[in-house]
Amino acid sequence: MRAFVREASKVVVIPGMNCDTDQIIPGRFLKSDRAQGYGQYLFHDIRRTSAGALDEAFPLNQAGAETATILLVEDNFGCGSSREGAVYALVDHGIRAVIGPSFGDIFYNNALKNGLLPVRLPSEICHSLATHLAHAKDGEVVVDLQAAEVVLPGNLGTHPVVIDAFARDCILRGLDEIDMTFTFMEHIQDFEAKRLASHPWLDR
Amino acid sequence: MKAALDTPRTLLGKIWDEHEILRHPSGPSLLYIDRDMIHEGSFHAFADLKARGLKPRRPKQIFGVADHYVPTRGRTAQDAATPAIARMIETFDENMQWGGVRHFSLSDRRQGIVHVVAPEQGITLPGLTLVCSDSHTSTQGALGSIAFGIGQSENAHVLATQTLWQLRPKVMRVTIDGVLAEGVTAKDVMLALIAKIGAAGAGGYAIEFAGSVVRGLSIEGRLTLCNMSIEAAARFGMVAPDDTTFAYVRGRHYAPSEQEWEGAVAYWRTLASDEGAYFDREVHLDAAEIAPMVTWGTSPEDAVAIDGLVPDPARFDSADRRKSAQKSLDYMGLKPGMALQGLALDKVFIGSCTNSRIEDLRSAAAMIKGRKAVIPSIIVPGSTQVREQAEAEGLAALFRDAGFEWRESGCSMCAAINGDVIGPGERCASTSNRNFVGRQGPGARTHLVSPAMAAAAAVTGCLTDIRRNGGGVA
Repeated sequence: MRAFVREASKVVVIPGMNCDTDQIIPGRFLKSDRAQGYGQYLFHDIRRTSAGALDEAFPLNQAGAETATILLVEDNFGCGSSREGAVYALVDHGIRAVIGPSFGDIFYNNALKNGLLPVRLPSEICHSLATHLAHAKDGEVVVDLQAAEVVLPGNLGTHPVVIDAFARDCILRGLDEIDMTFTFMEHIQDFEAKRLASHPWLDR
Repeated sequence: MKAALDTPRTLLGKIWDEHEILRHPSGPSLLYIDRDMIHEGSFHAFADLKARGLKPRRPKQIFGVADHYVPTRGRTAQDAATPAIARMIETFDENMQWGGVRHFSLSDRRQGIVHVVAPEQGITLPGLTLVCSDSHTSTQGALGSIAFGIGQSENAHVLATQTLWQLRPKVMRVTIDGVLAEGVTAKDVMLALIAKIGAAGAGGYAIEFAGSVVRGLSIEGRLTLCNMSIEAAARFGMVAPDDTTFAYVRGRHYAPSEQEWEGAVAYWRTLASDEGAYFDREVHLDAAEIAPMVTWGTSPEDAVAIDGLVPDPARFDSADRRKSAQKSLDYMGLKPGMALQGLALDKVFIGSCTNSRIEDLRSAAAMIKGRKAVIPSIIVPGSTQVREQAEAEGLAALFRDAGFEWRESGCSMCAAINGDVIGPGERCASTSNRNFVGRQGPGARTHLVSPAMAAAAAVTGCLTDIRRNGGGVA
């Protein structure tokens, strides 16, 4: 997994509460091979007009957006389907961090496993940032996971990144979780032997 | 590491403690996972395993079911809508064989939607931890297990280690007391709950459902409750196992044998939350206040009683909510103040892991009363066994005679990735769980309802209050 330590970038604001993973990547693209890249599917239907052309009004289609690596989103981003394709689409597009008031729990976990940092900031701060960016599009945000803080543009200040210590350590180091868990294999085997002995129907 | 024995614990807490191999100094538990359910979308996890030179570590505890991409008009991969979809089904079979994983492929009589099949086969049992790379895995907590949706990275982790690192969620108890009015189902309870607490309302929580209504519900109804927990952002839905649960589980293929039965039940009886257990949040619903529900927008929280009106976005309390509601109305082609009852429909879909079990089909059938579907209406049973049972009970013939299309089982028009879709701009009454923009096909407009409401809509061609149309309910 690619580590996340610090990212400084312009920010693209994605509007809409409850932006579900169907919006992030429509289901019909989920059978695609990852090797071909999922970035092309990011927000596929909502960034296009019904005729299929890129909609200039969609923030990700606007000039300068292509170099941004941080998104600002609304409440409950990534709710709905557990499809990890939503995270692949963001990562393959080049997004490194998503800032919002809350995230779908499965999306949040999926993001952390792929080096994409979901940053929960209080609603009021997200609103202030959105308001600021509406007037100063090039305002830069710094997400510094080492320091566990987000530095916002203008006079919006510096705010703590609240993340559990385990997840922070894994993503900071780009740790491979499966390899790490293998170091606990003796514990797993001991536990499993007892569990299967007391619940033999699990082993049929 | 474990809570003192005399500390009252919740259902979730007890099962969690039982499965905690160890706790990492920085917080999460290394949880033992009893069962992993696999579907076609798992190809990423299998690619990951192959790249690492690993195989599934405990194949006997993994079960594969083809559901998301399967055709509903036939039972071979060649019946799939496109060659690319057929390839998904074939890849699934290949991966299952490669991994030595027991699987119910398309032509197997045990095939169906994973969350219908697992309880049906006795794979889901009280007190277990069960995962599946599908958000509606919450469904299976209805039997008193910890069941939750995961992504493909976590799936690969389970396949490789039979464990997951997880933070213990907070627990919200949702108590539903009173008596449900006739025509009001578990689906309506969930839409009412989500409308009340919001689509993000239970983020970070597991929901434990309690109260007289829940105790009185069949397993089918409880599965519907837990299914839609994720639509309130709860990754887990749970109901304490009781005699209803034990009667349901007994004799199922992968359940404890008759010799093991008494011991298993004795343990399962200890799982219910203790008197005085701490819940992080309590929510109460009065059953008498719940009507048959319907959604008007593009989030499951956008639900009102069928005799209600499309709300005015201007009346919502936050600017974000006003903007989102207006966008929803534009997409849905609705105006504030419109009555939902009588709204003309183009399609009806009865199916999905929310509402495709035998009881759902019976309740849909009871609404038909000799009438004919006046709009294209399809019924997709949740499993091949449900399909066979419905045929044996005469429900299939009744549906066919009434002009409904009677299909083979699968996720079909809920996930809408197998080729079964609603057309752009078309309005569908659906028993599924998500009314998201484009969920049932680009431009499709979804109104979530119960099976009885969907059947009534099929025979009237519009959203219909089942309490008034004389179709089986007063």
